[in-house]
Amino acid sequence: MKPLTTEQIRRVIARGKFKDNLFKAIGVFCLALALVVIVALIADMVIKGSDRFTLDFFLNFASRRATQAGILSAWVGSLLVMLVTALAAVPLGVAAGLYLEEYAKRNWLTNVIEINITNLAAVPSIVYGLLALGIFVYQFGFGQSILSAGLTLALLILPIIIVSTREAIRAIPAMIREGSMAVGATRWQTCRYHILPYSMPGILTGVIIGLARAIGETAPIITIGALTFIAFLPPVPFTETGTGTAGLFDWVMSPFTVMPIQIFNWTSRPDPAFEVNAAAAGFVLMAMVLSMNAVAIYLRYKMRKNIKW
Amino acid sequence: MQIHDTPQLKAEARNLNFYYGEAKALKNINMPIYDKKVTALIGPSGCGKSTYLRSFNRMHDLYPGNRYEGEIRFFPDNTNLLSPDVDPIEVRMRIGMVFQKPNPFPKTIYENVAYGLRVRGETNKRALDDKVEQALRGGAIWDEVKDRLHELATNLSGGQQQRLCIARALATDPELLLFDEPTSALDPIATGAIEELVHELKKRVTILIVTHNMQQAARVSDYTAYMYLGEMIEFGKTDQIFIKPSDKRTEDYITGRMG
Repeated sequence: MKPLTTEQIRRVIARGKFKDNLFKAIGVFCLALALVVIVALIADMVIKGSDRFTLDFFLNFASRRATQAGILSAWVGSLLVMLVTALAAVPLGVAAGLYLEEYAKRNWLTNVIEINITNLAAVPSIVYGLLALGIFVYQFGFGQSILSAGLTLALLILPIIIVSTREAIRAIPAMIREGSMAVGATRWQTCRYHILPYSMPGILTGVIIGLARAIGETAPIITIGALTFIAFLPPVPFTETGTGTAGLFDWVMSPFTVMPIQIFNWTSRPDPAFEVNAAAAGFVLMAMVLSMNAVAIYLRYKMRKNIKW
Repeated sequence: MQIHDTPQLKAEARNLNFYYGEAKALKNINMPIYDKKVTALIGPSGCGKSTYLRSFNRMHDLYPGNRYEGEIRFFPDNTNLLSPDVDPIEVRMRIGMVFQKPNPFPKTIYENVAYGLRVRGETNKRALDDKVEQALRGGAIWDEVKDRLHELATNLSGGQQQRLCIARALATDPELLLFDEPTSALDPIATGAIEELVHELKKRVTILIVTHNMQQAARVSDYTAYMYLGEMIEFGKTDQIFIKPSDKRTEDYITGRMG
């Protein structure tokens, strides 16, 4: 082949540049499409629900009259269920992920476990609901309580936490592990002083993404029988209730509702006024999820600043 | 006079074989390591020198499928470092290691050095402070970091990081210090500092150093071993290996005809 002339080189570059720009345009279009959809969704809820963004909406219980109905029991329920979920799922998920990465020998059994954890993440959430109905609600007798709901959602997000823990641990270079072991540390000391602290940003991100998924789940919560209309809050520890002083953990056995169920309930009402409530509550739920993600991003940024190799 | 010339044994490999799974990486190695001397391991890439070095502190135990045969005797107590009855953690408590790439933990300078002591259960603040200072002086980095002990170690320069890693290994008073190509990621000035340090350190600790750099081996070591394809080809005093090698393959490597 003869060497190209300057003229030819320029033509080749021009052809390449054209494809370059074409892809750039396609990429911007795809990105814009995704952004427009989410912005439109949020804007729609804000516009529709704007009449309800008052303090009363947050402090009122559900009501038969749309204008007086609020989401107090729903957001309190959601927060408490998330608390139980986090308390159950985080230690289990992190310990399981740490064990699989740092302790478990590589053999067919761990391979089977590994594949199944990935599979678990793909199980439809309603199936978790059925499982929880049988085990937590009836077998363990937890009833239709915050505890049952929290544990159900914990099962649901456990694979997410395990997988993100493992990925965070895998991102730590082998030389750090070797550096720790080389001074005579045990595996646990290596995990305790190095692996866990350095993987914490990744683990936290996974936990928050998991919780953000859990807070929007409706199907499994309906399956275990959350109430759709509830006009009281779970008992605050050490306060007087009708039947005596509430214990520290009495609230976990309380009936409850959560945000998505409240929204679902309102959208299924015939009175169109309730749709305003649904839109407003939808926006609040969205805001909860987005602020959880914001916290995740902030924590990751802040913690990663000091971790480099 | 003769007595003083014969150094004491610190360790000795006896019929050492090593396998990565099925692949045999070390073939029947026999070699003495003399007390308070620097022994250099040289040879072309893939010859097994790092594999050999990492057998001393049982680093291979961290990964599945690795197998040792034979012995590495460690003196004065004549322990077989490779025995399944000997806990690798015990071995690593007695034998320190400095890696190819500086690997400080993303913690403060102080915590990096104190880590080995904490692992040994030392909690006394005064004792930790003293030991950390001693170790940093031993690593010839005290003057550079004494005013910022509580800053991140990862912000130091590469050469400083490597000296910090040496200090980290020194903090726990190892009997043998393993260096795995400690200067391969450093510039010539930082390399010079490390070499000077090795020279200083052999007064108190036995050193085994893997190096790609033959000038480095000639400069810092008292004894040199040439390895090729998993075998120990030649071992002897450094002067002798470099001036009058007895094996043709050693000579080829040293004169640059191979490797």
